[in-house]
Amino acid sequence: MDHRPQAWGRPRDDVYGAYDASYMQTNNGPTQHTQQPIVTGTSVVAIKFKDGVVIAADNLASYGSLARFTDVKRLRKFAGTSVVGFGGDVSDMQYLDRHLTELSIDEAYKSDPGHSLNARNLHKYLSKLMYHRRSKFDPLWNSLLVAGLDDDQKPFLAATDLLGTTFTSPSLATGFGSVLAQPIMRRYAPDEESAAQLTQEKAVEVIKECMKVLFYRDARSMDKYSIAVITKDGVDLKENEKLENQSWAFADRIKGYGTQTV
Amino acid sequence: MAMFSQNPVLDGPNYSFAEAPQVRADGFREHRFNPYTDNGGTTVAIAGDGFAMMAGDTRSTSGYSINTRFAPKVFKIGGSTSSQEDANILLSVVGFAADGEALKERLDAICKMYRYRHGKPMTVNACAKRLSTILYQKRFFPYYVYAILGGLDEENKGAVYSYDPVGSYEREQCRAGGAAASLIMPFLDNQVNFKNQYIPGSGVGHALQERERTPLPRSDVEVLVKDAFDSAVERHIEVGDALQVMIITKDGIEEKILPLKKD
Repeated sequence: MDHRPQAWGRPRDDVYGAYDASYMQTNNGPTQHTQQPIVTGTSVVAIKFKDGVVIAADNLASYGSLARFTDVKRLRKFAGTSVVGFGGDVSDMQYLDRHLTELSIDEAYKSDPGHSLNARNLHKYLSKLMYHRRSKFDPLWNSLLVAGLDDDQKPFLAATDLLGTTFTSPSLATGFGSVLAQPIMRRYAPDEESAAQLTQEKAVEVIKECMKVLFYRDARSMDKYSIAVITKDGVDLKENEKLENQSWAFADRIKGYGTQTV
Repeated sequence: MAMFSQNPVLDGPNYSFAEAPQVRADGFREHRFNPYTDNGGTTVAIAGDGFAMMAGDTRSTSGYSINTRFAPKVFKIGGSTSSQEDANILLSVVGFAADGEALKERLDAICKMYRYRHGKPMTVNACAKRLSTILYQKRFFPYYVYAILGGLDEENKGAVYSYDPVGSYEREQCRAGGAAASLIMPFLDNQVNFKNQYIPGSGVGHALQERERTPLPRSDVEVLVKDAFDSAVERHIEVGDALQVMIITKDGIEEKILPLKKD
């Protein structure tokens, strides 16, 4: 008789015949990697101001051109001190979300009180993770913005994408936002010095303006959005905001693009 | 891509628009994850008598977009702490920024381990050989970067080592790398190595004598580098914003940030 632990509690082959495992889902085929994003989130926009960072993303997850899920929260708090904004594939976002939850619990147990990972640490971690996965040819199909404070309690904002490319800037935007929102934000914060002059109210106003422009012109966007303000006092995350005072009244003044003859 | 592919100066990998599915010869479209991109930017390194200067613009691009106006690509390597105060080697990386970052961190870790084990910093030529082997280790999935290593040799002469993405390297007097390398390198050939410069009235034909080559003084090199970048900014869209200059001498490393055109 087989006394090995692997056989414990299993039907004995000499009595019942070899176990038929054929019904089980065994992965015999080639390993599947993400080849393309399926359900996607569009832009994330963020800007630094004198005491922190404002970050926003709408609550839509699209399935191609179909507005599939309309209450997907794409901003995620980390350790009560940082926020990660996700663009790109939603299932990869949910994987990263679970992974970050695990990480923050582990860190909360391991480290001394008041010494959790800050936004800079988190960004380094995530960019290493993204680069590692691209090097395995199994990328996480996202672009991320990490907002929070660094070691010196200064505002911190950085991006990483599916290739592991990283950069920081006074204002950042992913996806369509990099062409529609970034020019608007750069008017208010062209460099670190001017970002350090911005008030929280002004920064929130600029971000809301960007979200409005994105809703006007990005076909995969929505008017319901999440916005977070990160300062020394913590994270103020609002997940059910709605864009207000939109109007297409300016549209009939736009001429020269279409087929109109007047 | 097609827009510039006719231009011999920009021939080769430049703008990273290769996201579209490739059409194979049999007519099937092939979707494939492309693990590389080009983040633009340019670097220059010049070796002088008692110094080496490394410079790079700080623009980071993807396609026609500017990711950021300030992403330095010249790094101090092998200091004993993360502040790199006692570093003795400079590394510049240009090309795919994520690979550049990974390469920089690996070389830095190796130099730090060397310093810890041997109780002295790595020499530039040892580090240069090591960098070559690191690059060649990834011969079949290369770091897509043009690296340049700079420092002072055992005789306190400026040393510049330049690399291709798979680790071929040589010591040179000067080198330009990255997006506008093809614009800057001929200028450097003429101004640093005095190529095509002859002594006036020294004769005709075989009697014509070349201008004697000597290392340039630091003040000349500083002007040369600024001029090279100002010119590159005019003619290459991926170069601009700010110029990061690092100068290594026996007294240590100086760093300067100079403005470039932001358009």
